[in-house]
Amino acid sequence: MIRIGAFLVGLFFAGWLLVSFLVGAVAYVTEPPAVTVEHEFHRDPKHVAFSFDGPFGKFDQAQLQRGFQVFKEVCSACHSLKFVAFRDLKGIGYNEAEIKAIAKNWAIKTPDVDPKTGEMTTRAPIPADYFPKPFANNVAAMAANNNAIPPDLSLMTKARHHGSAYVYSLITGFQPQPAELLKEFPDAKTPEGLHYNPYFANLNLAMAPPLTADGQVTYGDGTKATVDQMAQDVAAFLTWTAEPKLENRRRAGLATIFFLLIATGLAYMAYQNIWADKKKAA
Amino acid sequence: MSFPWAEHYTPKHPAMQWIDEKLPLPRLVYNAVGAGYPVPRNLNYFWNFGVLAGLALMIQIVTGVIMAMHYGANTLVAFSTVEQTMRDVNAGWLMRYAHANGASFFFIVVYLHIFRGLFFGSYKAPREMVWLLGLVIFLLMMATAFMGYVLPWGQMSYWGAKVITGLFGAIPVVGEPIQTWLLGGFAPGNASLNRFFSLHFLLPFVIAAVVILHIWALHIPGSSNPTGVEVKGPQDTVPFHPYYTAKDGFGAGVFLILFAILLFYAPNYLGHPDNYIEANPLSTPAHIVPEWYFWPFYAILRAFTVDFFFVPAKLLGVLAMFASILLLFFLPWLDTSPVRSGSYRPTFKKFFWILIVDVLILGYCGGAPAAEPYVMISQVAAAYYFAHFLIILPLISRFEKPLPLPNSITEAVLGHDAIEGEREALPGMGSDPQPSHAG
Repeated sequence: MIRIGAFLVGLFFAGWLLVSFLVGAVAYVTEPPAVTVEHEFHRDPKHVAFSFDGPFGKFDQAQLQRGFQVFKEVCSACHSLKFVAFRDLKGIGYNEAEIKAIAKNWAIKTPDVDPKTGEMTTRAPIPADYFPKPFANNVAAMAANNNAIPPDLSLMTKARHHGSAYVYSLITGFQPQPAELLKEFPDAKTPEGLHYNPYFANLNLAMAPPLTADGQVTYGDGTKATVDQMAQDVAAFLTWTAEPKLENRRRAGLATIFFLLIATGLAYMAYQNIWADKKKAA
Repeated sequence: MSFPWAEHYTPKHPAMQWIDEKLPLPRLVYNAVGAGYPVPRNLNYFWNFGVLAGLALMIQIVTGVIMAMHYGANTLVAFSTVEQTMRDVNAGWLMRYAHANGASFFFIVVYLHIFRGLFFGSYKAPREMVWLLGLVIFLLMMATAFMGYVLPWGQMSYWGAKVITGLFGAIPVVGEPIQTWLLGGFAPGNASLNRFFSLHFLLPFVIAAVVILHIWALHIPGSSNPTGVEVKGPQDTVPFHPYYTAKDGFGAGVFLILFAILLFYAPNYLGHPDNYIEANPLSTPAHIVPEWYFWPFYAILRAFTVDFFFVPAKLLGVLAMFASILLLFFLPWLDTSPVRSGSYRPTFKKFFWILIVDVLILGYCGGAPAAEPYVMISQVAAAYYFAHFLIILPLISRFEKPLPLPNSITEAVLGHDAIEGEREALPGMGSDPQPSHAG
């Protein structure tokens, strides 16, 4: 009875799936799915080497500081960094006095309540504060940015495939729309106010090219601030903001695996030893 | 427990004697996973995965309880409390990554455990109850994992919750009220998050309880083994401790090394980047995909694209997805072959490997976008999945001619000649040509 019922159920599901397959296959052959402009012109992130690549890679603190400078002078005008606090900058090599000064001189103020009147007011951030947001709310952000909300950057490199390379590629990837794109997809012209970038998922994004000229930022360590260098540095900095514990994690991993290899080796020998008399005739 | 020659617990230390008289818990442990449980001597490494699944469950409970100490089950703060755990809690990143990747490893070992059972016929009499309880654990795991994935309140959390609860909406007439009731609203929100958190905390302990029943049911007939030939005498078994505790200790070491490699060097490899974006009900991700361990079932769900007269395709997909798991409950009665082990079933073995490839293809298609050619491929693969269990397996059982079985476990281990001499010394073993499968 069970087997007859099962046979009928199996026949139904398998049969109807094959019917669905035939319907789909006929549609596929008679009306092949249209090629989309994203499919043809979207590019995977460029290959770029970072100091933190690979299982033993480490952050380059000088690079992180340069990247922080790019964030501070360029990105932070529109993008928030809400999961990172000023005190966290210790992780990229600043000391307490430097962090205090960075917080105090930050261009955007932290909202607070006036301790005397109870009115809403703002004050200079202190190291315990998170980076203040550039816009009071999403409506203000949209009003200032052609109806787009600049995303928070704290986790950006973990929120995209190959995030570090993605940030680098996006920043350096702005270009005029290719002529062959317009020839093939005349309707896909980049709308007014958007900017063509083949590394962006739908090819057109609201952000204007943020790094436009070499020397836009003046590095304190003498590194030449080419657009390519600045893009790499800020991508490295955002990798750190997304995963500040990356070096701790890799160090802990090395010790853990070293311990486990020895423990497992001993466990294997114990296993062989205990079983020695059972592998042959008793 | 199961065999008359099992060793008996005799506490030597007066303190242990005192405890044993009042509460025979040490005795229970001794008989369950100690020297008092005789186990076939020929188990291969595939028999490690039961213990490894238990280890994975313990890792999940410990890391999960710690995560709960730092988690805020409210849509306003859920995402940021998880981030704060990662950044500001001592070793919080370790707990979080261990919990997220621990779920994946739990499913890896459970899938290997299930396919072990499928190949070696572990679901057959007299172990049907072990198999059924195992499937109950599997269903509980899926529910727990699904609700756990919602808790960080990322984009995939939100949209995954929306899609999966939307499955209930496909049920005619009562579907939408059920969906609203499950979510506590018309879309995933604070009410959903709170109940998912509550249940996600509760269910692992329910799983632990069913695991105890699973092991209890196993100890009635005793463990199966790669030959599928039942234990005939003391020479076929070894005590669980120290023989299998030693082997499982080695297995646990290998498991932990692989776990550590993923956890410390690629902790986000199995996750989806979109879940690092906070949930936004106004922005739908380009592709909504569940975690990898649900992909084969997700592929079956999406494989139904054509309405069956008045039954909409979506409802068919939901029914098929549930059926794809529920049919496993009938397996002990669908496969009627008296031979348990796939090693002695030439036809079964071929189809078994086809099934493995088929499930891998389904998994791949389930993780791919819902576009051609993936839908067509999953339609053929899903058709085979149902045909395999419901049509092919019962037919094989009927017509297959199995290979000759070894006379006993000991003969399979030591070879026929080696025990020739022992045979006279051990009357009552290895003389019947077709070892009994009746038991």
